[in-house]
Amino acid sequence: MKANDATVLIEKAISGDLRSISRLISIVEFPAESGSEVVGNIMKILMKRGGRAHVIGVTGSPGVGKSTLISKLIAMFRKKSYRVAVIGIDPSSPFSLGSFMGNRIRMQIHTQDPGVFIRSMATRGVRGGLSASTVLVLEALDGLGFDKIIVESVGAGQTDVDIINISHTVLNVVMPGAGDEIQALKAGLMEIGDIYVVNKGDKPEADITLKEVIDVLNYEGFVRESGWKPRAIKVSAVMGTGVEELVGIIEEHLDHLKKVGFFEEVVRRRRIYGSSIVLRHILENRVDEIFRKEGGEMLRLVSEGEIDPYTASIKIMNRVLGRAF
Amino acid sequence: MIAELLSETPAIGFKRRYRVLVAKLGLDGHDRGAKVVARALKDAGFEVIYTGIKQTPEMVARAAIQEDVDVVGISILSGAHMALVPEVLRLLKEYGAEDVPVVVGGVIPWDDAEKLKAMGVSEVFFPDSPLSQIIEKVRELAEKRRKRLEG
Repeated sequence: MKANDATVLIEKAISGDLRSISRLISIVEFPAESGSEVVGNIMKILMKRGGRAHVIGVTGSPGVGKSTLISKLIAMFRKKSYRVAVIGIDPSSPFSLGSFMGNRIRMQIHTQDPGVFIRSMATRGVRGGLSASTVLVLEALDGLGFDKIIVESVGAGQTDVDIINISHTVLNVVMPGAGDEIQALKAGLMEIGDIYVVNKGDKPEADITLKEVIDVLNYEGFVRESGWKPRAIKVSAVMGTGVEELVGIIEEHLDHLKKVGFFEEVVRRRRIYGSSIVLRHILENRVDEIFRKEGGEMLRLVSEGEIDPYTASIKIMNRVLGRAF
Repeated sequence: MIAELLSETPAIGFKRRYRVLVAKLGLDGHDRGAKVVARALKDAGFEVIYTGIKQTPEMVARAAIQEDVDVVGISILSGAHMALVPEVLRLLKEYGAEDVPVVVGGVIPWDDAEKLKAMGVSEVFFPDSPLSQIIEKVRELAEKRRKRLEG
C-alpha cells in the first residue's frame, strides 16, 4: 500500500465509512501480513490524533455476563451521542488455532448503528486476556476518534490482568453463587477493578455477593494509584436495572482521572505496556521455536527424568545466548 | 544465536487466519446446524464469528464488514431464503464488500439453490452435505479472496 492510499483510507475512516474503518483495523491487526512499514506509517498518523478516547476494560469469568452488560452500556453511551467501539476477545483453540467467537451475539442489536463499531479478536496464542494485536487496534480506534472504546477481555480467570494496563476504567464483573469471600481475597482479579459490578442482580443471592465484595474492598482500605476508591454496584444486565447508575459511576471515574491529571498518564503507560505485550509475544514465539530446535539432548534427558526442567532450561538458554545465566 | 532470536519470523498473534461469519438469517431459531458448522470450522482452524439467531440482512452485511471476514456463511431453514439472501448480497454490494463470498446452508430446494447461485451465492449446502465438504469449500473461497486482496 502506498503512503497516499493510506492517507485516503485514513481520511475515509475518520469520516465514518464503515468499510474503511474495518480495512484500516485489519491492516494494523495483522502486521505480519500488512508489513511493518505500512503499519508504522498508518499508526504514526493515528497515534498523533489519539490519546483522547476513554478506554473501558471489562473483565470477569466466562458466563458472568460481560457481553450482555456491554450491550447495555453501548445503548446508554449512544444516548449521550458518544461514538463507541468494542473489541471483543475470545479464546483461540490451543490445538487448531481456530476460534468460535460469540461476543457479538449479545451486541448485534447495535450493528445497524453507524455510531458503533464492533470487532471480535481471538487471543491467537497470547495469555493474559488480550491478544497481541489488541493494543495496536486500540490505538487505531483511538486515533479514528471514537469517544468510548470498550475492551472485553477473554475472561479466563484470576491471572488475566493485562486489561488493567491498557484501560482507563476497569469494570470487574462478578456474579452471585460463584464462590465465597475467599475467592475475593485471592490475589489477581479482585485487585484490579475500579468498579466491581455484581451482575445477575435479579438472583436472590446477589445482595450477599454485593456485601462480600464491599467487605473485601472496605477492609483492604484499597485505593487505586489515581486516588480512586473502588466502588461496587449491583446490576442486572438482562433486565437493564442498575445500568444507568453504573454509567454514572463510570463517568465519575473518568472525571476523577481527568481532575487528578491521570488520564494522559494512563495513555502513556498503555502505549509502553502495549509495546511490552508485543515484544513478549514475539520473543515467546521465538523461544518456543528455539526450544524445540536447540533443546535436543537436554529435552531427551529431561523427558527421561535424568535432569529437572529448571536445569534443562538454563542449559538451553546458555547455549542459545552463548553465556552463563 | 541472539541474532536468530531477534529475526523477523512473524509471531502467530500477528498473522491473519481465515475469518468466517456464521449467521442465522431471518425469523429462524433453529441454530443446531449453524453451531455444528461453526464448531467444525473452528476445529479446522478458522476464526468464526457467530452472530446468533434472527438476524436481518442488514445485520449480517454490516457485521461481515465490521469483522472483515473472508466468507459469509448463512444458515436458513425457514423457507424465506429467496427473499432474504438476495438482500444480503445487495447490501454487501452497497457497502462495497461484494468481494466477500457468501455461502448458504439449510433446507433449500434444488431449483432455488441454482437460482441463488445465479444471483451470486458461491455455494449452497444441503442437510446431507458432509462437514468436510463445507470446510474445504469455505477454505477454498477464503483462500481465493485473500489472494485477490494481496495480489
